[in-house]
Amino acid sequence: MRAPGGPEVAVGDVLLAVENVSLSFGGVKAVSDVSFDIRKGEIRAIIGPNGAGKTSMLNIINGFYQPQQGRITFKGETHAKMRPHEAASGGIARTFQNVALFRGMTALDNIMAGRTLKMHSNFFWQLLRYGPAMREEVQHRRRVEEIIDFLKIQEIRRVPVGRLPYGLQKRVELGRALAMEPELLLLDEPMAGMNIEEKEDMSRFVLDVNDYYGTTIALIEHDMGVVMDLSDRVVVLDHGIKIADGTPEGVKGNQAVIDAYLGVAH
Amino acid sequence: MAPNAAAGADTFPKLLVRNAQIFGARPAMRHKDLGIWQTWTWAEVLQAVRAYAVGLHRLGLKRGETIAIVGANRPRLYWSVMAAQMLGAIPVPVYADAVAEELAYVLAHADVRLAAVEDQEQVDKILSVMERVPKLELMFYDEKRGLRDYDHGRLHSMEDVIEEGSKALASDPSVRAWLDGEIAAGKGSDPSIILYTSGTTGASKGVVLTNERSIHAATDTVAFDKLTENDVALAYLPLAWVGDHYLNYAQGLVSGFCMACPENADTAMQDLREIGPSFYFAPPRTLELLLTRVMIRMEDAGFLKRKLFHFFIGVANRYGERILNGQPVPLTGRLLYGLGSLLVYGPLKNVLGFSRVRVAYTAGEAIGPDLFNFYRSIGLNLKQLYGQTEAFLYVTAQPDGEIYSDTVGPACPNVDIRIAENGEVQFKSPGMFTGYFKDDGKTAEAMTPDGYVKTGDAGFFDEKTGHLKIIDRAKDVGRLKDGTLFPPKYIENKLKFYPNIREVVALGDQCDFVAVMLNIDLTAVGSWAERNNVVYGSYQELAGHPLVYDMIEKHVAEVNRSLAADKVMAGTQIKRFLILHKELDADDGELTRTQKVRRGFIAERYAPLIKGLYDGSKEADISTEVTFEDGRKGVISARVKIRDMKTEPVAAALGKAA
Repeated sequence: MRAPGGPEVAVGDVLLAVENVSLSFGGVKAVSDVSFDIRKGEIRAIIGPNGAGKTSMLNIINGFYQPQQGRITFKGETHAKMRPHEAASGGIARTFQNVALFRGMTALDNIMAGRTLKMHSNFFWQLLRYGPAMREEVQHRRRVEEIIDFLKIQEIRRVPVGRLPYGLQKRVELGRALAMEPELLLLDEPMAGMNIEEKEDMSRFVLDVNDYYGTTIALIEHDMGVVMDLSDRVVVLDHGIKIADGTPEGVKGNQAVIDAYLGVAH
Repeated sequence: MAPNAAAGADTFPKLLVRNAQIFGARPAMRHKDLGIWQTWTWAEVLQAVRAYAVGLHRLGLKRGETIAIVGANRPRLYWSVMAAQMLGAIPVPVYADAVAEELAYVLAHADVRLAAVEDQEQVDKILSVMERVPKLELMFYDEKRGLRDYDHGRLHSMEDVIEEGSKALASDPSVRAWLDGEIAAGKGSDPSIILYTSGTTGASKGVVLTNERSIHAATDTVAFDKLTENDVALAYLPLAWVGDHYLNYAQGLVSGFCMACPENADTAMQDLREIGPSFYFAPPRTLELLLTRVMIRMEDAGFLKRKLFHFFIGVANRYGERILNGQPVPLTGRLLYGLGSLLVYGPLKNVLGFSRVRVAYTAGEAIGPDLFNFYRSIGLNLKQLYGQTEAFLYVTAQPDGEIYSDTVGPACPNVDIRIAENGEVQFKSPGMFTGYFKDDGKTAEAMTPDGYVKTGDAGFFDEKTGHLKIIDRAKDVGRLKDGTLFPPKYIENKLKFYPNIREVVALGDQCDFVAVMLNIDLTAVGSWAERNNVVYGSYQELAGHPLVYDMIEKHVAEVNRSLAADKVMAGTQIKRFLILHKELDADDGELTRTQKVRRGFIAERYAPLIKGLYDGSKEADISTEVTFEDGRKGVISARVKIRDMKTEPVAAALGKAA
C-alpha cells in the first residue's frame, strides 16, 4: 500500500513513551505495567483481542483516563498523567470508535470546530464576527478547505453530518482531528464497520496524512490486513498486558499473539 | 457577436489571441478551488497558455506531434489543449475514468510522447501500463498530491512547466517573437484534435478534426443559439467527449463565453446552482435523475407544499409548453402560470441551477415525452440535437419554438442530410472529420464514395414537422415480409416510456407483423396492484393477471396510435403481445451487464412463445432454466397468455418504406 518509491517516512526520535503504565477500574485491571514508545513519523498500530485494553491505552495517552501508576513522556516532558487539554494543546488529536461528531452541524462546521484551539481573537470580536475575528476565520477556513480537499469531501461540505453515511462521517471526524494540525494522531478503529472499498479509501487517507503532513499516527485496528499494510510497528495487548512489540511480520509469527487471538488448548 | 468575427481566425490559438484582445477583461474560465470560485480572464488565460506553450516546447513538443490529455475538467487541462494547439501539436484527450487497458490502447495508438495528466490516480494508471506505451517519455501533472516520492525523471509538475515558460517569455524578447510566429504559422487545415470514440463496438477510433472545420461548425451553432461573450456554461461532462470539446471549448473560444469547471465530479450539481449557467447540456439520464430527486423530495414535503407543487405542475403541463413556444394561451392560463412561476417553477429552477438557462440541450438517447415535457413546461428551453463525434457533434438541432419530444430537429445550418436506401442517415457537415487516425480502412468504410458520412443510425424525416427522427441503429433495423422498415428499438422505447413496462423485446424481422414480449415493472405495477386490491404472490402471478393485461393493452394501443401517426412507421403497429412469465435477467444471459436486451439469445430461449405469437394461438407453454442469486439452477414453467391488438387504420399505400 506504500506509494511507489518505498517507505520514506522518517522514523526518528521517540515522540511519546509510555512507561510501566497501569490502570484499573475498581478490581478490574484494564492495563497493567505496559511500556512502549511511538517514534516521530511512524504509523504505530495497537492490536489485541476484545477487552485487551487498547482503547484504554489511547485514553491514557490523551488524558481521558488517569493511570494509577507509570509515566508518559511526550515531546521530552514527563507526566505522571496527561490532562486532556494538555494533550490537545500539546498536539495530540484523536478520533473515536463510535463517531463523535456534532450531528446537527455541517461537515464544514464540524471540521472548523477542530480549529478552536488555534483561535486567538477574543470572545467579543468573535461574537461580532468582525475585524480580527473575521480575518482569523478566513485563515482558518482556508486550512479547513485544504483538509476538505485533501479528504475529497467537497460535495458534503454543507451537509449536516447526521445525514451522511457512516464511512463519510468517519472521514469528517478524521478531518476534524487533522484541523488541529496534530503531531500525534490517535485513531480508534478508523475502519470499523466499513466495507472493503471504504477501508481502502481510509487506508489511503491514513497513509497520505502520514506522508503529506508528516503526522505520527497511532491506530487501533481489528482488520489484520489493514494493520499489516499500514503500520511500521505493532504493539499487541492481551488482558491489559503487552505480549508482543515489533514489525508487523515479526508480530504475526509470534506464538503468544497467535495464542491470544486463537486461544490455547488446555 | 457577429458570426463573421471569427472569420479572421482560422485556428483556436488565433481565436484565443483575438478573445484576449476584444474580451480581455471578461471572464474566460472559472474553477472552484478550496471552496472559492477562481476566475481567469481571457487575457490571463492567453498569458498562461503562452507560458505553457513555451514550457512544452522546451520539453520537446513539436508541430504535428500528439500529446495526451488525461483527466477531468480542470482549467490547466484545457490550457494543455490550447498550449499544444498553439505549437501546432495535436492534443488527444482521454477519458479520466478509462480503465488502464483502454488508456494504454489510446496512448499507444496515438503515438503520444508526452502526456498532461490530472493527478496521482492517472499517473499510477499510466505507470501500470508503461510497457505497452513505449513511446511515452514524459508526464506532467496538475495535482501534486501524493506524487512527491515518485521518480521525477519523467514526471514534471504542470506548474513548473508554465513557470519555466513564463520566465523565458519575460526575459527573452526573441522567445516572444518566436511564439507569435508559431501562432501565425498554424493553418486552418491543420488537425486541431483527435477525439477517440468510446469504442462500445470494437476498438475505439481516433477521430481527426481540423481547426477550420471545427471553427466553422462552432460559428454556425453559436449564431444558431445566439451565444455571446455574456453566456456561461458549466463544463462538467467528460473532457474527452466530443460534446464537451464542442459545446464548451470550441463554442467558448468562438463566442468568448465563460466556461466554469466544477470542483469535482460529485459537486457538479451544487456548482451548477452556484454558477447559474445560461447554456446547458445534459444527457436524458441526468435529467431523469434530477426529476426523480425532485419528486422524492416533494413526497417528503409538507401537505401544503405538496398540494401546491402538484397543482402548479398540472398548470404547467397545460400551458407551459405553449407559453414557451409563444403560442396563444387563455388569460386565466397565463395568470395561473405566472403565479406558478412565482411560487413553484422559479424556486424549483433555482434549486436545480436552471434559473438563468437560456438554451439547454439533451441528446444521446431517446428521451421520454413526460420527462422532456416536464422540463419544458416549467420554462426550461430544453431542446434536442443529434450528432456524433465524426460530425464534430451537431448534425441536427431543434430551433427555438419548434420543439417535439420525439424528433431531433432539422439539419443544422450548412449541414446536408440524406436518408440512404436502407434507412441509414448520412450527412455532410462543415465540422465533419477528415478521417480516423492511422486507419484509412475504417475511414473509407465510414464514408460513401460521394463524401457523405454514414452515421450507422436509421432515421426518417417526419412529414409534419420536417424534423429528423432517429429510430434505431441501422444494422438492427429489419424488414417485415412486406418490406416495411422494422426498427425494434424505436418500438421498444415507445413502450418503455410507460413506468409500468420494464423491458420490451419487439419481434418482426422477416415476419408478417410486429409482436412484442414484455416485462412489467414490479415496483410500479406492484404498487398499482396494492391500491386496486389485486392479490398476487409472485412476479409470475402478477404478470399473468387479466387486469394487468388490460392495463398493458391500453399502453400498447396508445403506442399503436402514435405509430400510425407516422406514415413510415404505421406498418409496424403491434398486432399481438404477451407478458413474459419471468423478468429478463443478466444472470440468465438475457440482458447484457449494461441492461441491454440480447435479442439472438432471447429468440432461441423463448422460441415456443415466439411460435405462439405468430401461429395465432391464445396461449403458449414455456419452461425456462433460471439461475438463482446463489448460483443454483431451477426451471420455471408457465402457460403464457397472448393478446391480440387492434391496429389503427392506415391510409392506403402508406406504411411502406420509401
